[in-house]
Amino acid sequence: MSSSLLADAALLANGSIDFNVSGVVDQFWRLTVDGLAYGSIYALVAVGYTLVYGVLRLINFAHSEIFMVGMFGQYIGLMVVGFSPSGNVYSEGIVLTVVYLLVAMIFGMLVSGATAVGLERIAYRPLRKRGAKPLIFLITAIGMSFVLQEFVHYVLPKFSTELGGTNAQQPIMLVRATEQFTIFGASVTNVTLVIIVAAVILAATTEILINRTKFGRGIRAVAQDPDTATLMGVSRERIIMLTFLLGGLLAGAAAMLYTLKIPNGIIYSGGFILGIKAFSAAVLGGIGNLRGALLGGLLLGLAENYGQILFGTQWRDVVAFVVLVAVLMFRPTGILGESLGRARV
Amino acid sequence: MTLSKSAAPQPKSPAPKARPKGRGIGDSLRDWWGGLSRPAQWGVGVPVIILLALLPLFPPPLLDTPGTSFSGVMAQFAMTALIAVGLNVVVGQAGLLDLGYVGFYAVGAYTVGLLTSPNSPWNQTGGWLNPSWAWIVCVPLAILVTAVSGLILGTPTLRLRGDYLAIVTLGFGEIVRLLADNLGDITNGSLGLSRIAYPRVGVSETHPDGYFSSGNLGDKNSSNLLDRANSGAWWFWLGMTLVIIVLLFVGNLERSRVGRAWVAIREDEDVAEMMGVPTFKFKLWAFMIGAGIGGMSGALYAGQVQFINPTGFNIINSMLFLCAVVIGGQGNKLGVIVGAFLIVYLPNRFMSVNISGQSLGDYKYLFYGVTLVVVMIFRPQGLFPVRQKLLAYGRTVYRAVHRTPGTAVETTGGQR
Repeated sequence: MSSSLLADAALLANGSIDFNVSGVVDQFWRLTVDGLAYGSIYALVAVGYTLVYGVLRLINFAHSEIFMVGMFGQYIGLMVVGFSPSGNVYSEGIVLTVVYLLVAMIFGMLVSGATAVGLERIAYRPLRKRGAKPLIFLITAIGMSFVLQEFVHYVLPKFSTELGGTNAQQPIMLVRATEQFTIFGASVTNVTLVIIVAAVILAATTEILINRTKFGRGIRAVAQDPDTATLMGVSRERIIMLTFLLGGLLAGAAAMLYTLKIPNGIIYSGGFILGIKAFSAAVLGGIGNLRGALLGGLLLGLAENYGQILFGTQWRDVVAFVVLVAVLMFRPTGILGESLGRARV
Repeated sequence: MTLSKSAAPQPKSPAPKARPKGRGIGDSLRDWWGGLSRPAQWGVGVPVIILLALLPLFPPPLLDTPGTSFSGVMAQFAMTALIAVGLNVVVGQAGLLDLGYVGFYAVGAYTVGLLTSPNSPWNQTGGWLNPSWAWIVCVPLAILVTAVSGLILGTPTLRLRGDYLAIVTLGFGEIVRLLADNLGDITNGSLGLSRIAYPRVGVSETHPDGYFSSGNLGDKNSSNLLDRANSGAWWFWLGMTLVIIVLLFVGNLERSRVGRAWVAIREDEDVAEMMGVPTFKFKLWAFMIGAGIGGMSGALYAGQVQFINPTGFNIINSMLFLCAVVIGGQGNKLGVIVGAFLIVYLPNRFMSVNISGQSLGDYKYLFYGVTLVVVMIFRPQGLFPVRQKLLAYGRTVYRAVHRTPGTAVETTGGQR
């Protein structure tokens, strides 16, 4: 439906899709740098989808809300340490900025991680005990996603008038975006640098955690064969909990990076679109595959950025959805295929 | 229950007293209904329908919605019931989780909107369709267009299963909304299309725009029922008529080869395929029929509110429709209608109830979410679980073979 509509000549004549190829060529490097920044945020969230899918064969639909809650977590954290997240307030001095950044990230990670574990406890564990069908899990996840959104939307403002509600939060202006250097004429700001470097470090840490540690071996074992893993003394419940925790922590970190990029993006419904994009990224790379999530995130970020200049900025979200539909239709296992469970001892 | 024993003999089903207790009101009601003969079913059904139809005219005191017009709520309920029945074909019968159902709803509404609204670029010269019959022509067109869009979406995507299918349909629903939002030259973008046609019936001195116009406020003191009804009641009646027609259609399908194929696909697609059921074909059928019903509902909606814009078709509505189906009981036609009633009625009922300055109606999505989770954990088959006839026959045969007197046979009403 989508692709055929987009390619429909009649719509092109009437509608407002323009093919600005020269724009893409002119701004290629700028778009690439920006796309990589967005892409690394998608990648971090996508890892959460991929890990849970790898272990439980479950699309954790509420993961986007875990990300959203992380944005509010860092907001609260910054308020607690005294940074006023309102208007055009930039923190003074490099040390203070770094401290604020770390506080925001840690608070985001804590809140997201706790939410993810709580979600697993409340919603998924009872279902697992009853041996529910996959669709039941999905519907429960949708329900939890409603609950988390509406909690922030209506219940949170009851406790603090500054939090939640229908409107977006005050923007967090932590770092003033200044140009550091240029690559092929594309300016790279400090914000972009922080995002990409932080994402690479987090992703590398996760990769090491999964591939080198005992806990990681447990995850891979459960992903490959839950029953045998249990027989070998791996506690399945503990592994599942830690998987959710890891995904939640990464989503919280991504929430902080996302706010750096889009300071006024903190709103109760802010997780949905990003969650879908991160899911698209996970599918694109091959859901269940850790490196696939990273690759998919980066590719999706790039595709979206080229696409918004090619078709017009209002089509930005459409690009992500079309990529999702196209990948699922033509290569459901993604670029790298499913492999969290493949033996890499 | 006493009626069921006397009304009709039930040769094939086991005697009700052999059942263990606590099978729930749904099953006993179903047994009773199934035991009635066809004319008796009509004899019971028609008065019930008439009572239901009179409901918006004489709102019972406890049931009334203080905040808004009760008949308006009932009209909304009829529309949602239509959607729930349509979505039930896809989700409940065939087991294809469709999260983008609102996309079909939108396609139906926009078909009517584009053909009849003066804002539409295809209609700048006053429209090709005469307003007196425009809406009624658009309804079959809307059904056709949505069924075709179901075919277009289903052909490539129905190879996918379960979660993946859910996500693709979610993407489709969101793409439809974004197209409606962004193709401003056609759909008027976020401003939407206004002054959409509606059925012009009963134009008279007192009703200059007919019964269905939103200007028809009804006369509360009139003894003439047709005058007493406001536009909401008229839309409710129209909606209920369509629901009954669709129910008869879907019910017949369910009892046919198509319906049995759907059940087989839902229970185990691989086995169904192996037993010679052309699964893809029947899945496509389910998708198209479901889409068509969704389109019909969209046309109803467009006519009723006479204004559509993209925000009415966001994903959260899709989830809401799914709520109706899941809470009511997937696969159970009557159940999903009750589910639709609950999700439409309860928020409107509680809209005027305030807790610390916040209308309870605002919390509806919170309650929907909690309800979804709780229902899924404690009653995954919904409030009114479907008892699958195929499986029930199998159980009857099993019981007939293994009849051990004295020991109660475990009946597995909802263990699936």
